[in-house]
This record gives sequence, structure tokens and C-alpha cells, in this order.
Amino acid sequence: MSARAAITVRGLRVETTAGDGVVEGVDLEVAPGSILGLVGESGSGKSTVALALLGYCQPGLRIAAGVVEVGGEDLLALPERAARSYRGRVVSYVPQDPQTALSPSQRIGDQVRRVLRRHAPERDAPETVATIFGRVGLPADAAFARRFPHQLSGGQQQRVAIAIAIACEPSVIVLDEPTTGLDVITQARILEEVRRLGRETGAAMIYVSHDLAVVAESADRIAVMYAGRFLEHGSTPTILRQPRHPYTAGLIGAIPDHRRFTRPSGMPGVAVGVGEWPAGCVFEPRCEQRVPACAVQEPPLEAVSGDHVVRCLEWRRTPAFTRLERLDEQVERHAAPLLAVDGLVAEYGAGGARRGVLHGVSLTVDAGHSVALVGESGSGKTTLARCIIGLHAPSAGTIELEGEGLAPRARARGAEARRRIQMVFQNPYDSLNPRQPIERQIAWPARRLRGMSAAQAGEEVGRLLETLRLPDRSRSRYPHELSGGERQRVAIARALAAGPDVLVCDEITSALDVSVQAAVLDLLGELRADLGLSLLFITHDLGVVSAIADQVLVLDRGRICETGAVRAVLGAPQADYTRTLVDAAPTLQDASAGGGS
Amino acid sequence: MTRAAASWRRLPRPGRAGLVVVLLILAIAVAGPWFAPYPPDASIGPPFAPASAEYPLGTDGIGQDVLSRVLSGGRSVLLLAGLATLLAYAVGVPLGLLAGYSRGVAGAIIMRGVDVLLAVPALLLLLVLATGAGAGAVVLVIGIAIVHVPQITRIVRAATLQTTGRAFIEAAEARGDSTARILGVEVLPNISGALLADVGVRFTGSVLLVAALNFLGLGLQPPASDWALMISENRSGISIQPWAVVAPAALLAALAVSVNLFADGIAQVYARASARRVEASA
Repeated sequence: MSARAAITVRGLRVETTAGDGVVEGVDLEVAPGSILGLVGESGSGKSTVALALLGYCQPGLRIAAGVVEVGGEDLLALPERAARSYRGRVVSYVPQDPQTALSPSQRIGDQVRRVLRRHAPERDAPETVATIFGRVGLPADAAFARRFPHQLSGGQQQRVAIAIAIACEPSVIVLDEPTTGLDVITQARILEEVRRLGRETGAAMIYVSHDLAVVAESADRIAVMYAGRFLEHGSTPTILRQPRHPYTAGLIGAIPDHRRFTRPSGMPGVAVGVGEWPAGCVFEPRCEQRVPACAVQEPPLEAVSGDHVVRCLEWRRTPAFTRLERLDEQVERHAAPLLAVDGLVAEYGAGGARRGVLHGVSLTVDAGHSVALVGESGSGKTTLARCIIGLHAPSAGTIELEGEGLAPRARARGAEARRRIQMVFQNPYDSLNPRQPIERQIAWPARRLRGMSAAQAGEEVGRLLETLRLPDRSRSRYPHELSGGERQRVAIARALAAGPDVLVCDEITSALDVSVQAAVLDLLGELRADLGLSLLFITHDLGVVSAIADQVLVLDRGRICETGAVRAVLGAPQADYTRTLVDAAPTLQDASAGGGS
Repeated sequence: MTRAAASWRRLPRPGRAGLVVVLLILAIAVAGPWFAPYPPDASIGPPFAPASAEYPLGTDGIGQDVLSRVLSGGRSVLLLAGLATLLAYAVGVPLGLLAGYSRGVAGAIIMRGVDVLLAVPALLLLLVLATGAGAGAVVLVIGIAIVHVPQITRIVRAATLQTTGRAFIEAAEARGDSTARILGVEVLPNISGALLADVGVRFTGSVLLVAALNFLGLGLQPPASDWALMISENRSGISIQPWAVVAPAALLAALAVSVNLFADGIAQVYARASARRVEASA
């Protein structure tokens, strides 16, 4: 195989300039035309490996050891000038965010031609650009090539980035989270495109992502990264069906799947960061099957069978992978809903620039129920949430809480109404005040909306921290001292401090790693049962819906196109749009059955 | 004390130097009068006497001891500049917060007022004010504050605008928190970095304006000992007795430079800290 490999990496080590390891002992080979999926949670070093494949690393890091061989040449041994002539021509890169990767002031056709001019001047012509655009599914006409990036949709921008990457027909293409931030339907199309290009061009591809389900849909082989290392590496069906590393098994178990209605389970502990690597196995502190030897000795990559390797001393003990069925749905509807939205119309802008976002949306949330609102970006789902908590005044329609109408603006509502509906925001990095200790932020809603004294609120903070499984010492911490999952739990605690009846959750897990997401979903399920809380769960992720919702509403461009019980909607969607959504959403099911790729 | 030590270690080297010089000049200004060998406003020798053992920095045009006047002349500059800067922030920060936060009429009115003030040259404004209301310390402080307010308002407004869209502000709005609490507790602490970076420039500006007005005779009046006034009084004798001009001028220049070095240092420490916060959230 090594004779045919398009790219071979051996013993790659990347460290910070201070000498802390970021990537350690990475070996990989990718054959022409095949796709290697590189999966890991944030901080696992996957993007650093991706860049190292181009002989590059971010400022503050350096490639300390290793060989990156492409076409018989070691990229790491080349001087920077020579390495540059390889990038884009022999090894190319598709970045995560095309919005920042494309130059906003240059026409997209020129951006493709810039690469051609540098590496293949003989092909530098408008016709070449048209051909390349055609191959990535973009319009091949000259007028399109004259557009600027801001005139394209997110999906089109990513196709342009891919067009730039394939322009010089490289033998290796590195894709770093190319579909993160895109809608599921667009994502499914781009994935399809990537697979097709792999087949057609014969380029070896390395597909980096945090999302195992996405990788599973395109990759032939998967490498699972954690703390800068490969923990497990094998063919896609093997990894998904017979994971031998407890981390891989945990990762798969944490992914909610809309085809199966499983209960995702979180992993205990927090991922180790750079500079915190333990002496033995990097996963040992979080591992449930550790033995004393794990803390002492870093396990080698051991062959399980054929080309399936795992870095675990105790891999033989890793239990056969099972999934937990979800059984906690509420199906009976109550006669009187707790929250009722009727005929809601909302717009942004004023005068001639007015743009409608919601066109008569009605929904109800029953007491103790969990209602998921599903939609892609631009469907108006966040606007709906903002109307409900009184941050955006609707132009028509009513919002009622137990039959009582609510004023459009939060300020105009009574304190009781503001207390009973609370919202948890999408991004925990943005929803907590960076300059205030956690305790004050959780205590304030209790004081303001429940009239608690400072002492009472202090006790309440203690109870909430315990409920959300945050250590009591987090009280005096500031948000930046906490991990993303901890921050989102603080944000939930702050919402719960008001003692709400309805919790509006706007994409609250989309900024979190899957294992953390599973823990947060688990916790919300418990809170529902214990506090009798009703949830309005806004998300684009059907997996999350299947894990938490009782009822589903599908929002398409400001209108509800389908509603019903979660199993009915996801199992047998009626509306065309819902069907497209369900088909496009990534799932582990096909790939693990061996039907993928 | 350990906190102070930790802050010192984080301060970049030019910032440390700045701090040392600022403290030194502050010490001269505050404690100087007690160490003055002669009363600062008494003629004790011949005019423009050169530096000697008796008069270490010589005497000025009316025979007053330059060293004694230098030691006594810092208080007024620092005090007036400090008060003016403080007053400017006391007015400019709330205006900027309000203008940045309220997207309605209030913000528009504040910003148009700011535009008008910005269009008037600073020195002209002060000259008109001094001629109209008479020369004196109070007019000086208020006048300099008026010069700074529009710029402070603009900076605070820009920083506030960036903060108001953030989710923790929206969370406070959904709770129904008062505007005063949102601005004071949620917004202000998050824009303090932008403010800190600017304080040094404003204070130096105040010092220079105080000096300029005193020099022009529109601020403090002659018997008072004041660095800027000294420069103005003694510039005719600069060729005979340079110390009477050079000593106060050097102190003013050193003050301006060191305050800026120190403020830049603080701003850098702050930027690094918030970069860490951003990194932690990436």
C-alpha cells in the first residue's frame, strides 16, 4: 500500500514554541481516490494535523518531528519557498469558513485564476474556470465567475473554496470541517460532491471534522483523534460497528441519531488540553475500564485485525457496543396549553427595507412537554424565540401564557410573565458576561424575578450548581475559566434561577462537542422530569430532536410546514421539505451497515 | 501586595519605566513644596542668577529660586489636569453608554451635539471661554473637560455598540433589568479595556492644555508657581538662565511621555487578558 499511497505521514509531532505537545506520533497513509476521515472533539489536534499535511503550522506552533511524504518528496524537509510551490498544486486545502477564506474584494473567477497563474499558468484562462466551476456544481457561465463572494450563498462559497482547491488537480486535498456552518441539505450536497470529486480526480482526501456522522457518510477509513494522538484507526464500518477504544465507543454513543431514537449518553470528565497530557494513556483520567498500568504507560497502537489499530491496553475488554432506546416521550396532549403562539408575523427593518421573517406561525407547548422547532438557518426559528421572550416585537399575532396575552416587549410584561419564560441562548461564549463571576450571574435572576434576598439567592446558586453538576468552586470563577459545556450549564442554571415554567432553548448544543452535547441533553431530560419544566427546543439537528422532543414543528421560510409527534414526523414525514431534511441529515446507520461511502 | 506584584510582572518594560517616572513626578509634585529651600514666591536673589551652590537651579526673572518654584509648581498642573480628565469621563462615559445603547432619539441627539463640539477647535473654544468667563482654575477645568467629552463619548459609544448585540445583554433585557443596571453592570465592565487604553492620551492632553493656557496667561496668574507659567515667564531669559525654562519643560515632557507609556502598558496587559478570554472561548 505504501508504494501507492498519495500521502504518507510518519511520526508527526507538533508542539508549541514552549515545547508542549499538540500532536504526537501521528502516522497515516491515504491511497489515491480514497477518503480518510479525521475525527476529534475540540482541542484534539485534528486541524493542526490537517495544516501539517501542507507542511504548515499556525503561529505559536512548530512541527518538531516527522515526515510528510507526497509524491516521493518530504514536505517538511523542504525550505519554505519550495514548500509553497507544493501547496495548492500538489496538496491543497479547503478551509472551514469560506466566508473568511475567500477575499471579499475579489471576483470569484479571479480567485480561482490566481491559483492557476501561480501553479499552472498554461491553463490560466476563463474557460478553465468555467470547467472547474462546472465540476463543483456551480454555474459555468462567465457572469457567475464575475460575482463577488458576498453575492453567493454559504454553500456556493464553499463550492468556490473547493474549486480553488481542485483547480491545479492536486494529488492530495485536505478538507478542514468544510460543511460546518452549512445547512444539512447543503451539507448533504457538498458531501456528495466531495465523494464524487474523490472518485473522478483520484485525489487522496483527508476530511477533518468534529462530526462523526458527517465523516462516516463520506470517508472510507476513519481515524479518531484525542489529545493529539490517533486512538483508533480503521475502515469506516469497522470503527462504527466494532469500536475497540472506549473513547470511540463513547463518541458513537454520544451521537443522537434521528433514525433510531436512541438516548445519547455523555462521557464523564473533560478533554485534556495542551500542556495537560497525563503520563500514561491520555484517555485514562476519563476511562471507565482503566487499570493501574494505564496511568503509567502510554499504550502503543495495537492491531486488532487487518488494518484496524487501537491505542488501548485493555481493548479486549471494551464492551460490545450497544445503544439505549429512548422511552421517555410524552404523547398525550393536554386540553389547555401552557404557551400558545397564534398567527405570529414578524419582520425586520423598516419602511421599504422591511423583510418578513415569520408569516403567521402558530404553536402550542403543553405543560411538561418538550416541543422541538426544526428549521434551517433563515427559517425564522431564532426570531420566533426572540418574540416569545420579548426581545423582538411581532407585527401581528398573539403570544399567550396560560391564556393570558403577553406584551410584545419584555419590559412591558409583568415580572411574573418574565419569570415564567426563560431562554437559554445558542452560544455560551456570548451569553455570559465575561466580567462577572458565575455566582453573581446566577444569583441575579433569582433576586430580580423571585424577590430573593442576597443570602437566599446564594443558597439557590448552590442548589442549582449541584443540580447542573457543576463544582461548587465554580461560584467565584469567571466564564473564560470554564469549558464550553460548563458554560452552557451555567447559562441553563441562570435561566433556572428565575424558576421558569417554560425554557426556550435556542440551538443550545450547536457550539458544543458531541460528548458534551449528550451530557447537556441528558441533564435537560432530567430537569424536565424533576421540575415539570416545559421545553421549546429550537434546533437544526434532527438527531437532537429525536433525543429530546415529544412534538416536532418544522419551520420552512417562516411557515410551519409540518407538526406532529416526534416518531411520526421523523419516521414518516409528510411534507416534502421535511422529507428532504430527514433524508439529508447525516446518520451513522447507513455507514455502519456498510452501505456508506 | 501579591496582586500588585503580579500586575508589575505582567506590565511590559516600557510600561514599567513609565510607571516609575509617573510616580517620581507625582512625588515631586506632592511632596516637593516641603523640600523647597526657599518660599516659591519670594525674591531671594538677583534676577536670572546662574545655577550655584546657593541656588541649585539659579533664579528667575524676578529673583525667585527656580528649584523651589519647580518643586512647588507641579501640584497645580497635575491637579487641574486630573480634575479636568475626571470631569470629562464623568460626563462622557454616561453619554457614550446612552448613545450606544439607546437606538432611539436620545442617541441621535447626543451624537449630533458631539459632532457640533468636535467641529470647534479645542484651543479656540478654550480661548473664547476664558475671555468670556474670565481666567481661572474653575473655567480651566470645565473648559478642558468640554474639549474631551465629545471624543470620550464617541469611543464609549463605539465600544458600547459592539457590546449591545451580545447575548448576555439580551438576557438582561429579557429579564427586564433597568437600563441603568444594564449599562453599569453588563456593558461598562466589558468596555473598560477600550477606556483604559485611552485614559493616558486624555490625561496627557489635559496636561498640555493646562500648560498651554497657563502659558498664554488664561489660566493661573503670575504669583502662582506653575511649570507652564514658569516657561512663559522666563522664556525671555532663556539664553542667560536656561534652567528656569528647561527644568519645568523637561518635567512636563517627561510627564506626558511616561503617562502614555504606562497607559499603553496597561492597555497591552488588558488586551492580552482579553485575548486569553477569547482564546478560551474559541
